[in-house]
Amino acid sequence: MIRAHVLCCGGTGCTSSGSLKIQEAFVREIEKQGLAEEVKVVQTGCFGLCALGPVVILYPDGTFYSRVEEKDVAEIVSEHLLKGRPVERLVYNEASEGSEETHASLNDTTFYKSQHRLALRNCGVINPENIEEYIAMDGYAALGKVLTEMTPDEVIQTILDSGLRGRGGGGFPTGLKWKFASGNRGNVKKYVACNADEGDPGAFMDRSILEGDPHALIEAMAIAAYAIGADEGYVYVRAEYPIAVNRLQIAIDQAKEYGLLGNDIFGTGFNFDLSIRLGAGAFVCGEETALMTSIEGNRGEPRPRPPFPAVKGLFGQPTVLNNVETYANIPQIILKGADWFNQIGTEKSKGTKVFALGGKINNTGLVEVPMGTTLRHIIEEIGGGIPNGKKFKAAQTGGPSGGCIPAHLIDTPIDYDNLMAIGSMMGSGGLIVMDEDTCMVDIARFFLDFTVDESCGKCTPCRVGTKRLLELLDKIIAGNGELEDLDRMEELCNYIKSASLCGLGQTAPNPVLSTLKYFRDEYVAHIVDKKCPAGVCKSLLQFKIDADKCIGCGKCAKQCPADAITRTDYIAPGHKLASFTIDTTKCVKCGACMSGCKFGAISKS
Amino acid sequence: MKSLAELAAIREKMKDKVVLREGTSDTRIVVGMATCGIAAGARPVLSAFVEGINNEGLASSVTVSQTGCIGICQYEPVVEVFQPGKEKVTYVKMTAEKVEKVIAEHIKGGKVVEEYTYNYTVKA
Repeated sequence: MIRAHVLCCGGTGCTSSGSLKIQEAFVREIEKQGLAEEVKVVQTGCFGLCALGPVVILYPDGTFYSRVEEKDVAEIVSEHLLKGRPVERLVYNEASEGSEETHASLNDTTFYKSQHRLALRNCGVINPENIEEYIAMDGYAALGKVLTEMTPDEVIQTILDSGLRGRGGGGFPTGLKWKFASGNRGNVKKYVACNADEGDPGAFMDRSILEGDPHALIEAMAIAAYAIGADEGYVYVRAEYPIAVNRLQIAIDQAKEYGLLGNDIFGTGFNFDLSIRLGAGAFVCGEETALMTSIEGNRGEPRPRPPFPAVKGLFGQPTVLNNVETYANIPQIILKGADWFNQIGTEKSKGTKVFALGGKINNTGLVEVPMGTTLRHIIEEIGGGIPNGKKFKAAQTGGPSGGCIPAHLIDTPIDYDNLMAIGSMMGSGGLIVMDEDTCMVDIARFFLDFTVDESCGKCTPCRVGTKRLLELLDKIIAGNGELEDLDRMEELCNYIKSASLCGLGQTAPNPVLSTLKYFRDEYVAHIVDKKCPAGVCKSLLQFKIDADKCIGCGKCAKQCPADAITRTDYIAPGHKLASFTIDTTKCVKCGACMSGCKFGAISKS
Repeated sequence: MKSLAELAAIREKMKDKVVLREGTSDTRIVVGMATCGIAAGARPVLSAFVEGINNEGLASSVTVSQTGCIGICQYEPVVEVFQPGKEKVTYVKMTAEKVEKVIAEHIKGGKVVEEYTYNYTVKA
């Protein structure tokens, strides 16, 4: 009998910090110490605390080890697994300072305590490459239930009643989508598809589900297929997610082997087949019509809607297309009922949402919270606050399509409608935290630069409009802006929003609009004062040497790549050597002099 | 997969194997495995519990775990049994033979084996 499990995270985050080696070391060491019969090593999906990887959890006690190195493995095995004493020095300690206690059990940490893991329920718990572990966690029971006990219309009604809305961006009611595609079952070829082309910078919840619980997606797609009367499905995953693609393929193969995909599933006569299509990393292919065009084998470009995919989708046939996280909720809604699900969340946004926490925050990683949780709770409690005691300035949700939420709105309960109302959007759930050192003009430029690169070029407002918008931003950042530019930008933003063909263009101006709305004073400072208040925009920076603090060592002059620093003939009182000065016309503002000066004589403003 | 029964069979079979991670088992048997415990022979006790629980088919409701020293080193090997809603039971000076009786009478039968407990041993 196995009395303990060692769970090693095999998600992308931990894999890149060396978790595979750790896992091998555990297997070796457990073998060596004669524990192979009673301790099992399991590779799992992401636990969410990616900043602390490689992460290892020991069950049954649930001890959470973070930043494990290969050399620590022998100690953990001999101390903890053999003698039962957790290695305190490696046990995860709350990132938020001041807490002396180490947390033995994972669920007691503030990072996990207020999370509500539905979509991620199996991530970090089961071995994603073993279908039987998924089945042990009630996997495929929901599929069994719909095929044997429910009519397709009952399935759709359950999803409608649950209030589930699409987790990929717009938040369209999932049940309604299914209903639109459900007509004429049996007479028309239909498809179900999954959007796993997660392209927002910093968002990785879909990848995490594919890597940690791929069968949940397969089961949910089969349920959707039954509901609308489809027999074929596609998962569109970006090729940049090799672990996710690999695990999903393993899962599909296993499901076929167990007869959970293919013909006559559970002896009910229901047939469903699923295959993977790889995306080549174009952001626009996350837009539903472009995604389907790409699956069809064409260049990934959007097409006008209507007709919506539910009417005319893949290969011209009715198609249901949902995002990975949306699907991941489906099996549990079927098993536990619509009423269970719609008790969670807010009036119009039911259930939970996964956020990828990133930027200036202590606990970067994946968190899943009920809809309606405030931004403050996510940032200060779960996220452990902002490093180095800096002040919170803004949070960006929804990636390049979203907007910035300023500090005075930090108590906004996060759901679809509230985010829309304050000029941002849920998007796929990227949540980038910014502190006082972040320049909001620079942030707007960063996201816009991304959409300019990723615009497919099919429609003019997006292709040309975003480019012109970027040029205006560049002008301001370079210190050449005029106040009229702000009005020009606003006008242009509204043109792009209203005239673009697809979601990419329609939402591309959001980062600019929301920063203009909440941080207009920063734009004005760039234009009128020719200053970047956060000290980020290089063209507006001036480096200066305080002649009285400079001892004349000359280190800065040696480090300057532009030969902009020269000696003066001024010797400050109490110093022996003449001080240096910076020629601002030659200065390239790299900051090398400032970071090299030990005497704090160089400042930027 | 031709029937729900097949699915249920896999679920039952696998449940035991992943149950450790769910933390839902009703009974927890914790064996003191610090230096003192190991020196006094805690390993055979742990193995006996692991095997015994498995053989009795109790793995889905009983977790066997280990812990460090609880401070009564002269009474090692120490085993504690936790059950929801009940006072914990501390068995002392355990052996593999005693384990059999604890599983049969306490874990399965619900009757504490008084003569092995700390209170009994200290008073005696």
